[in-house]
Amino acid sequence: MTPDEPFIRWDWIVANLDDIGERTWEHVLMTVIAVVVGFVISFSLSLLIVRRRRLYGPIIGLSGLLYAIPSLGLFALLIPLTGVTLLTAEVALVSYTLLILVRNIVAGFDGVPRDVLESAVGMGYGPWQLLWRVQLPLALPTIVAGLRIATVTTVGLVAVTALIGQSNLGSLIVQRGIRASFPTAIMVGAFGSVLLGLLADLGFVALQRRLTPWTRARSG
Amino acid sequence: MTSTAAVVTLDHISKRYGPPGGPSAVGDLSLTIPAGEICVLVGPSGCGKTTTMKMINRLIEPTGGRITIDGEDVMAIPAVELRRRIGYVIQQVGLFPHLTVGANVAVVPRLLRWPEARIRERVEELLDLVRLEPATYRDRYPAALSGGERQRVGVARALAADPPLMLMDEPFGAVDPILRDRLQNELLRLQARVHKTIVFVTHDVDEAIKMADRIAVLQRGGVLAQYDTPDAILAGPASEFVEHFVGADRGLKRLSLLRVRDLPLNDPLTASVGEPGGDLRRRLEAAGADYALLLDADRRPLGWIGRRDLRDDDSVAADDATPGSPTLQPETTLRDALSTMLGSSVQMGVVVDEREQVLGLLSVDAISDVLRRGASQ
Repeated sequence: MTPDEPFIRWDWIVANLDDIGERTWEHVLMTVIAVVVGFVISFSLSLLIVRRRRLYGPIIGLSGLLYAIPSLGLFALLIPLTGVTLLTAEVALVSYTLLILVRNIVAGFDGVPRDVLESAVGMGYGPWQLLWRVQLPLALPTIVAGLRIATVTTVGLVAVTALIGQSNLGSLIVQRGIRASFPTAIMVGAFGSVLLGLLADLGFVALQRRLTPWTRARSG
Repeated sequence: MTSTAAVVTLDHISKRYGPPGGPSAVGDLSLTIPAGEICVLVGPSGCGKTTTMKMINRLIEPTGGRITIDGEDVMAIPAVELRRRIGYVIQQVGLFPHLTVGANVAVVPRLLRWPEARIRERVEELLDLVRLEPATYRDRYPAALSGGERQRVGVARALAADPPLMLMDEPFGAVDPILRDRLQNELLRLQARVHKTIVFVTHDVDEAIKMADRIAVLQRGGVLAQYDTPDAILAGPASEFVEHFVGADRGLKRLSLLRVRDLPLNDPLTASVGEPGGDLRRRLEAAGADYALLLDADRRPLGWIGRRDLRDDDSVAADDATPGSPTLQPETTLRDALSTMLGSSVQMGVVVDEREQVLGLLSVDAISDVLRRGASQ
């Protein structure tokens, strides 16, 4: 960076739009994989917990432990096992979603009013019908709240995986920005990542409004 | 609406928690609930009334004994299928907050996979039945309803698949007394139309007396203390426990079960306006009576005329009569009748029909006779 160079070089951004677009797409993809896989695992674990309450402590404890490991440390632990691969990155990203998602999904199920469950069972809902048609819809606001936090967190963490060679908005910061002392790339990577997080969050809010119309029905 | 009702029998059923030989929640209970009747299970907390009810739809499985619905053993029917055939209403109603009123009512028909057109029609019919305008209420969510409206939707939902049996677990326990009274009346009005077999759990004796065709009084440990009509239980409590449970004012409670039309009325000696005073006096003397009831031209009561007030050379006029008797309708409960009569100057009620014509007389003595006689049925 030369002293008379502007802090942000818009011409560079314009010239590299294709590249930035690709990195953004990769960023989105890595986030989606992590959140989807994390959700599937968390949902299954939560169902287990709802059936067998004793499992709540151990499962939350373990996910808490995973959550507490610094991300760089976790990458370092995983590289001997899975190498410098997308798998390594995703294993780490997924493990960070578990604590947030399991907690929220279980809280969502726990929050379904007892009288609603009792009348549902009393009217002849089978266990699966109860889950899909009563418990899940009513737990949805809490579950979506968990997904929002997990997704925003993951968007941030995906950038860190650039340190283990993953290509995304984070690699704009790491390779172009820091190594080449080029602030424009750092700004693009950072702002892009923040913007993605915001958009994802707004997306979930919109999704929840669509899926849970009853939460807005107070007066007829 | 086509309606069927089921006979429910409980045959030596028991429910024990914990090891065999331990204390039982329900012990060796036998009951037959006739089709189309409201059977109220009543008793203090811990008497097993809710447990007993929940064994009927297998929310709780009995430890011993047999429950049949129209002769069919409930344990032989898969629990989920059984429950879809039984209406179920609980105290907190338990409406699904994520479904509209219409969808809540449609729950069991949907589980039974009725065609959508038939479901839509049925929802309409049921909302009408519980007096909720379908166009206004069908698409509302439960959060937008008042307590009373929710309770009505709960009843409509329980009736949706036209079950021959309804279980109601303290359905009006959480609403204020004025609303409770109204909902009770609505349920009775509804029952007069649908004639379901209803098992109704409450801890409130007055509610039991009002709602029941038959009351099962349970005491601690799920022991049946008495099973009979409300009137029979009030007139002849089977044990000290029942006597204590129904309360010291059971006589007065009985009076609210009986109506004026249930008693034989006395024929009054009547006089009409314009009758010569001498004639009336002679009639009174012949009958050994002191007073005659004066009627107007339409046979409506004007008041009483005493023998001593009559003059031979004058005819009876309308303003000779002394009013003071309360007028009673055949539908008046004896409790209300007694209360009115005690509060008036002449303790003799004049019973009139809807055109205000005299049907007969009711005395305080006649009411106390009923209480002395014991059960009327």
